[in-house]
Amino acid sequence: MSAQAQAERYPLHPFHAVLLASAVPLFLGALLSDIAYSQSYQLQWKNFASWLIPGGLIFSGIALLWALVELVRLRRRALLTILYLLLLLATWLLGFINALVHAKDAWASMPMALILSVIVTALACAATWLGFSTLRTGAGR
Amino acid sequence: MRKPLALLPAAALLGLLAACGDASDQQLYGQNPDLPDPHRGLFPTMEIARPGEWGDRRPTVPEGYTITAIATDLQIPRQTLVLPGGDILVAEGRGGGAPRLNPKDVIAGIIKAKGTTSVAGGNRLTLLRDADGDGTYETRTIFAEDLNAPYGLALVGNHLFVANQDALVRFDYRPGQTRASGPPIKITDLPSEINHHWTKSLAASPDGRFLYVGIGSNSNITERGMTAEVDRAMIWQVDAETGAHRPYATGLRNPTALAIQPGTGQLWAAVNERDEIGPNLVPDYITSVREGAFYGWPYSYWGQNVDKRVRPQDPEKVASAIRPDYALGSHVAALGLDFSVPAMGSRFAQGVFVGEHGSWNRDPPVGYKVVFVPFLNGRPAGPPVDFVSGFRDEDGTTRGRPVGVTVDPRGALIVADDLSNTIWRVTAPAASATGNTPPEETRTGAPQER
Repeated sequence: MSAQAQAERYPLHPFHAVLLASAVPLFLGALLSDIAYSQSYQLQWKNFASWLIPGGLIFSGIALLWALVELVRLRRRALLTILYLLLLLATWLLGFINALVHAKDAWASMPMALILSVIVTALACAATWLGFSTLRTGAGR
Repeated sequence: MRKPLALLPAAALLGLLAACGDASDQQLYGQNPDLPDPHRGLFPTMEIARPGEWGDRRPTVPEGYTITAIATDLQIPRQTLVLPGGDILVAEGRGGGAPRLNPKDVIAGIIKAKGTTSVAGGNRLTLLRDADGDGTYETRTIFAEDLNAPYGLALVGNHLFVANQDALVRFDYRPGQTRASGPPIKITDLPSEINHHWTKSLAASPDGRFLYVGIGSNSNITERGMTAEVDRAMIWQVDAETGAHRPYATGLRNPTALAIQPGTGQLWAAVNERDEIGPNLVPDYITSVREGAFYGWPYSYWGQNVDKRVRPQDPEKVASAIRPDYALGSHVAALGLDFSVPAMGSRFAQGVFVGEHGSWNRDPPVGYKVVFVPFLNGRPAGPPVDFVSGFRDEDGTTRGRPVGVTVDPRGALIVADDLSNTIWRVTAPAASATGNTPPEETRTGAPQER
């Protein structure tokens, strides 16, 4: 990385880090539950996914707001930071649509629910990866 | 309340909402209703009744007919029974309480509750008496209490059968009685686990040997899992003496009202079909109930139209599914059914009355009225005719929601209204003019002309 990029590294606030990281296992859990439902037709798996997704939305939603506020307040506008924000935004929007798709009764949610869960989980992983690499905690060490 | 879910912070998503199909050229009722392709947007269509007061208003009835509120301030009246002496029994209560398994259950439950009464269910039977036959039911007693969401009622000789949400019970009854002489005797338990559709409808065979109990499904379309549907979505035949029971007909999603056709002794049912696949799917219906028949739920609807929301599928069951007799229209929520008598006036002499509670999953809404389906040669013939309407205004203000309908052989229709907690009585022209006619005379007399 260039010296300029180095200079733009700020520590990721611990709370922001927790919010960001927490969304990943929730969306991943939803994905695994969707896979289990699609394989077994056991509705309880779908109920699990239906609760895990709003959980992921709460954490990623607050992380998104936090990142937005920081972007405005700290004028931290490196390309990667904006990309991080866009990834988080995409995660949240598709995650929200995924929650609505999961509210369709029984198998009516399939296969869209599974497809969206794959995409949302991938986006959440990418956003978290990018968030932690560009806004590295303990920067300068 | 219009599209409440659209308040969610996703204005951009609104474009993805289901576009309502144009229903103007579609056949919505009768023997061969049009069945459009299933469709659902990201949000289910929700158009919930907004409760209002009756004030001086009254429901609309055909010209010459009279409607009066014969009992108000009840505790959620559902079904009624006209006893031989003319007394009326009212079953009051609210059952259900199925667990909310996912976020949708929580949100939809809150929204739908806005369209119902806030009164607590009475869990009782109220008796109404018009001793002098002037059309005013001046005596009101609590016939029985501490029941569990009573719904279906049937009288066989000196036995009064009540279908609670969890058991079929029996009271002794003698004419003139205003209070039960003791606690009821249990005939048999009824399926009550979860009780998503909790109402247990009831009818007695003409010889009184059997009782038929309608048991609704435990979900809209198996979203609580297949195992929740054991002993659900069917009509039981119960031995009145022993309580022994067996499925009489299956695949009936929610058989909310049962009635025996006079003359033939044939069992008929009003059935509520599945939601969330479009404004004109799936038609609620009335049908003569064929013993041993499978009517489709959950695997298929209106015969053999496969419902792809159900997994695992069952092609064999689909192949065996038969079509019901007569579509009332999708989402009308038929909750009451009774056969008419000549004393109801010539226009309404032959056919059935159907109480339609009204839709939540359709915009524009449907139901919220009592219709008459004319019969010819014992079969439905012709479109449904409004008999009692005016429960809901164009702006969504809803003053009442009809449930049970019961024909008084003296020439009146008793309508239970579970939103305004009222019992309405609609009298035929001749009957209202001679309101004090004893029941024996009108029953043996010639059919009255309007």
